[in-house]
Amino acid sequence: MIQALSGNTAVAYAMKQVNPDVVAVYPITPQTVAMERFADYVADGDVDTELIMADSEHSAMSCCIGASLAGGRVMTSTASAGLALMWEVLYVAASNRCPIVMNVMNRALSAPINIHCDHSDAMGARDSSWIQIHAENVQEAYDNIIQAVRIAEHENVRLPVMTNMDGFTLSHATERLETLDDQQVQKFIGKFKAIYPLLDVDNPVTYGPLDLYDYYFEHKRQQVEAMELAYDVVKRIGQEYGKVTGRSFDMLHPFEMDDAEIAVLALGSTSGTARVAVRAMRQKGVKVGLVKLRVFRPFPKDGLKEMLKGMKAVAVMDRSDSYGAFGGPVFSEVRSALLGEDVEVVNYIYGLGGRDIRQDQVEQVITDMSTVAKTGKVKSYVNYLGVR
Amino acid sequence: MVSLKKLSEKEELLAPGHRLCAGCGASIIVRQVLLAAEDPVVIANATGCLEVATTIYPYTAWRVPWIHSAFENAAATIAGVETMYQVKKRKGEITRDIKFLAFGGDGGTYDIGIQALSGALERGHDILYICYNNGAYMNTGIQRSSATPKGASTTTSPAGKVIPGKRRFPKDLTAIVAAHNIPYCGQTSPSFYNDLIGKVQKALSAEGPTFLNIISPCPRGWRHETDQSIAMAEEAVTCCFWPLYEVENGEWRLTGYSKQIAEGKKEKTSVIDWMRKQGRFRHLFTDARKPFLDSIQEEVEREWENLKKRCGY
Repeated sequence: MIQALSGNTAVAYAMKQVNPDVVAVYPITPQTVAMERFADYVADGDVDTELIMADSEHSAMSCCIGASLAGGRVMTSTASAGLALMWEVLYVAASNRCPIVMNVMNRALSAPINIHCDHSDAMGARDSSWIQIHAENVQEAYDNIIQAVRIAEHENVRLPVMTNMDGFTLSHATERLETLDDQQVQKFIGKFKAIYPLLDVDNPVTYGPLDLYDYYFEHKRQQVEAMELAYDVVKRIGQEYGKVTGRSFDMLHPFEMDDAEIAVLALGSTSGTARVAVRAMRQKGVKVGLVKLRVFRPFPKDGLKEMLKGMKAVAVMDRSDSYGAFGGPVFSEVRSALLGEDVEVVNYIYGLGGRDIRQDQVEQVITDMSTVAKTGKVKSYVNYLGVR
Repeated sequence: MVSLKKLSEKEELLAPGHRLCAGCGASIIVRQVLLAAEDPVVIANATGCLEVATTIYPYTAWRVPWIHSAFENAAATIAGVETMYQVKKRKGEITRDIKFLAFGGDGGTYDIGIQALSGALERGHDILYICYNNGAYMNTGIQRSSATPKGASTTTSPAGKVIPGKRRFPKDLTAIVAAHNIPYCGQTSPSFYNDLIGKVQKALSAEGPTFLNIISPCPRGWRHETDQSIAMAEEAVTCCFWPLYEVENGEWRLTGYSKQIAEGKKEKTSVIDWMRKQGRFRHLFTDARKPFLDSIQEEVEREWENLKKRCGY
């Protein structure tokens, strides 16, 4: 079916089609509308879900953990300060291997308070052992949520998945959207399979024991292995989704990379702006390509190395900063993945607090990369784009 | 009245071999609570003594499904478990009755967990939250909480040359919980097992959120001999520092020994005598601090009179 839906409405619609057992949530801009629409579905009996309107995001995620380990499908949604408040229990959810799916409408962190998009919320949670997928547009946000259910619940993974989308830029933008039928979604995600559920009172299990130096390290190592197994699962489910919808997904989505000499790497809605800029610069004869980083966790280090080796210069766009570090979080990881390759990697930090990124700015970045490619010289490895 | 003989025939659901201290009130309370439960239970536990000492991986003392998530979220965690149960029951995927319990210490309940508790009570989850109240953060080495009695010396409210230990009375958490207008809440003590078990059974048979605040002696923090725990939790009741009462559908009622005191059938003992037996109050027994000590007795009296009024005496 083709519909016109805003980002928030599309999230609620995807959640309705997934029809999870429990949703626990707390309102926060810019994802509040998604929860309002989902509450409408609950109120109208369109879903079987029990909706917990929690007293905070911390409690919302705690409810999700309890519900997930009880043995059922659980979803939630948050943004910004809400994700920050969940920080402690994000780790608990992942470490207890709860296959929770959470949509995050990326928004800047306080202070000063700001309701608009940047990625400091998601990047703050990057080490929590959640799988992180970023959407370029509302269609992808919808598609990602449905795939996320499968990825999270896959027996080789059993990790929570955070589907990210840019606050306001996507949450409040209405797009033409191709949606699946409810039955197609149900068929794709399949039935939830509980593993050691708390509600199996005949086979009691203990979750969250005190785990000291004699076992803790091994349990953390198991999470590492689950993340490693997730590479393949994310790819396979992306392909399978393509068979149903005609829209296939991978960890990395290249554009005009076949003969490219320089590249721009971005995640989220900026990939769309960058694609237009790449197309414009191609018309001017610049051999530039775009790499869209769709999945930030697990970080597709091998694919990235394969895609970017031989480039003369790569611009990495970061919509958050890591204060006191050498560049933003995406830059650090891309550069680390390219260790040993003869590629100059340059960082552009942009768009903090929702500041727009324009086509001409990305074109300037591409021009800068052409200069680096020609001269072999980088003026500055970390640059701030669009700041006064 | 529960029969000890019958209770002794029930399987113990908290296995021996856990590492709680000798004389710890928490394990005695948990065993009494689990003996009271007739249906299968699922338990959420806040971070604290009970959690760390019963589940040192790869061991567990729990013969029931049990989950620890964090310090402040036992109420939210059990709310999530209970909500999943309600969905599964509605869908016919589960048919049997299961009860949902949370255990938290006073730190995890009065302080860091009060928001999650309040939220869960307001939303009406069918749960029983039990605070085992030993009056400080005992697990981490006896730091003061908002349940620490006035005058108690703790490692963060130490009795010094100038300051005589904790300067404030505890907040009245049971009354705060009662203000949520839930079907059932109350206070009890493991020294009166009939009262405790009776209240747990009442709470579990009520529909909706219920709460019990249970005094839990801690030989390490209260500074008394380990064989004195039950006596300490008994005298806390007889001196009216810890009255036994319940609030059922808005009706406040004294129970057991406290009711008998109110009705003149039992003698009220002295708060100061109870305090004298505990090292945490040792510094108060000087001439200079007698006025401070007397003020504690007066405040306990005043609270007791207020409670009696609420209960119709």
